[in-house]
Amino acid sequence: MRLFAMTARTALRALRRNKLRSALTMLGVVIGVGAVIVMVSIGQGASEAVRAQIQSLGTNLLMVVPGATTSAGVRSGSGGVSTLTREDAKAIAAECNLITDVAWMKRQIGQVIQGELNWSTQIQGVSPGYFSVRDWPVESGAVFGVRDEESANRVALLGKTVAENLFGPGEDPVGAMIRVKDVPFRVVGVLVRKGQTSWGQDQDDTVVIPFSTAERRVLGSEILGTVDMVFASAARAQDVLPATEQIATLLRQRHRIAPGADDDFTVRNLNEMALAQESASRVMAMLLLCVASISLLVGGIGIMNILLVSVTERTREIGIRMAVGAKRRHILLQFLVEAVVLAGAGGVIGVVLGIASAGAISLLAGWPTLISGPAIVLALLFSATVGVFFGFWPARRAAALDPIAALRYE
Amino acid sequence: MTAASEPLIEVRDLWRIYELGETRVTALQGVSLEIARGELVAVMGASGSGKSTFMNVLGCLDRATRGSYRLAGRDVAGLSSDERATIRNREIGFVFQSFNLVPRTSALENVELPLVYGGVPPAEQRSRARASLRAVGLEGRDDHLPNQLSGGQQQRVAIARALVNRPSLLLADEPTGNLDTRTSLELLALFQRLNHEDGITIVLVTHEQDIARYAGRVVTFRDGGIVSDVRQTPAVAREEDAA
Repeated sequence: MRLFAMTARTALRALRRNKLRSALTMLGVVIGVGAVIVMVSIGQGASEAVRAQIQSLGTNLLMVVPGATTSAGVRSGSGGVSTLTREDAKAIAAECNLITDVAWMKRQIGQVIQGELNWSTQIQGVSPGYFSVRDWPVESGAVFGVRDEESANRVALLGKTVAENLFGPGEDPVGAMIRVKDVPFRVVGVLVRKGQTSWGQDQDDTVVIPFSTAERRVLGSEILGTVDMVFASAARAQDVLPATEQIATLLRQRHRIAPGADDDFTVRNLNEMALAQESASRVMAMLLLCVASISLLVGGIGIMNILLVSVTERTREIGIRMAVGAKRRHILLQFLVEAVVLAGAGGVIGVVLGIASAGAISLLAGWPTLISGPAIVLALLFSATVGVFFGFWPARRAAALDPIAALRYE
Repeated sequence: MTAASEPLIEVRDLWRIYELGETRVTALQGVSLEIARGELVAVMGASGSGKSTFMNVLGCLDRATRGSYRLAGRDVAGLSSDERATIRNREIGFVFQSFNLVPRTSALENVELPLVYGGVPPAEQRSRARASLRAVGLEGRDDHLPNQLSGGQQQRVAIARALVNRPSLLLADEPTGNLDTRTSLELLALFQRLNHEDGITIVLVTHEQDIARYAGRVVTFRDGGIVSDVRQTPAVAREEDAA
């Protein structure tokens, strides 16, 4: 369209005539768009990092705990009653075809002593399959096996935190003797560091011993065979949800729970936690985006302000243009194009600057950032919209000028 | 009646009444005037005599409250503001007392302005604007900005701009008001040349008798009406050292 090309040329000339002011006007949008890009990339980087962390826990992992958290009335909460047994775990392994591996655990807080040093930690009595289900290898030594379980041997594996608290830097814990709740154990290995869970629990602050040893010699049990937690792993991530259902159905049968009654167990999977974490970081990203949008809005008001000043300052020029034949729509379009060019160019510069800043931030502060394509497109569209929106009023004022008065304007 | 014998400007019983709140100001009361093609007319009068209002109506910048106005055979009294913009673009060239060039914009681009709004292709804009600048004796000043030119030169750029779209009427509102005597004479010589050689109709608004001498006809306004309309033998201005 020729009218548009012509007006665009005129608008560009007008902007070139006043380079410094054009640059300063753009600055508001540059900062706004840049902030949006940086904020979104930090937000997305953080949520990606959380996702990766949860993946490290094993997304195929399911956990069954006794007790229920659902429904009204007084509930003992999950883990509150011992209704889950070793037989349940074995049944899951035998009957749920989506489950490839099962392990069970009994746990308690207790004191561990080595020489002069003592440490209060979580004592976990686990079945031999535990280490493969949780994908948790040893750093030194070896894990205990089926024979240790069968003969209830007093062997222990130390989490990294416990090893560090009971042994000095030069000492090798493997082969050493420790006392777990006053029962002597031989350390057979140290587990690799697993780090904190995303909810802040130190997974390495633990002593792991065979389940039978824990039940008979250390923790004791009112009813033999009850467990605090069953771990099951599905073959593939997409099997997790159907496997959850399989386990629930099986346990309802075994526990003779009438249809409609509350379950006396809860099946959890880490996918749920991943989703919860993701939605939390999404909320964070939205907040950041809101802050950035406000700066974009301020940038738009800056454009409007400058354009209003510019219309007043160029009243005479507008009069001249009208005298030589410019129609109202020519004047309107000229100022609108000026606004959109300012906002659009500001947007492009802002995107470039935002990407550069995001890169610098992840380099200097070590925060993970992720540049997202939709965010860039959105920021550019938004800045152009800001141009049209805030340019319209000044442009209309310019177009509504009376040519005679405009020509006389001093 | 053919277009040639028809007057270029035909004004009948023209009224212009301003309403400023409670008060009504009658700037023109029943003005009638005919101007033929090829005339060089001086419109005289003290300030407040209505000559500027008349000028605005003639230039299609303003609309009369009452009366008829035919320009080049077309009734332009009742046109909308966009239609008047087109008339200004095609039929009328303006020259103002204060030059009214677009600041920080080269002479050539200033002259191109009417062509831009007339929808002339860019390449043609350039060549026609150059030719127009040459016609007023400003060859080689294409890229000069208004503040790099003298007053006389600026007014020549304004004239080049007024003529670039080949209008049938050149309206000059106190064109020599901001110029010294010698430059004024040069400019009047240019007007006379354009009038004689190119047959351009010129209406020159002035309050100076000295300037009106160079027109072939002098129309005098007082209190919103024409009090005299005299034809005369114009004095001749020489355009020796133009530019």
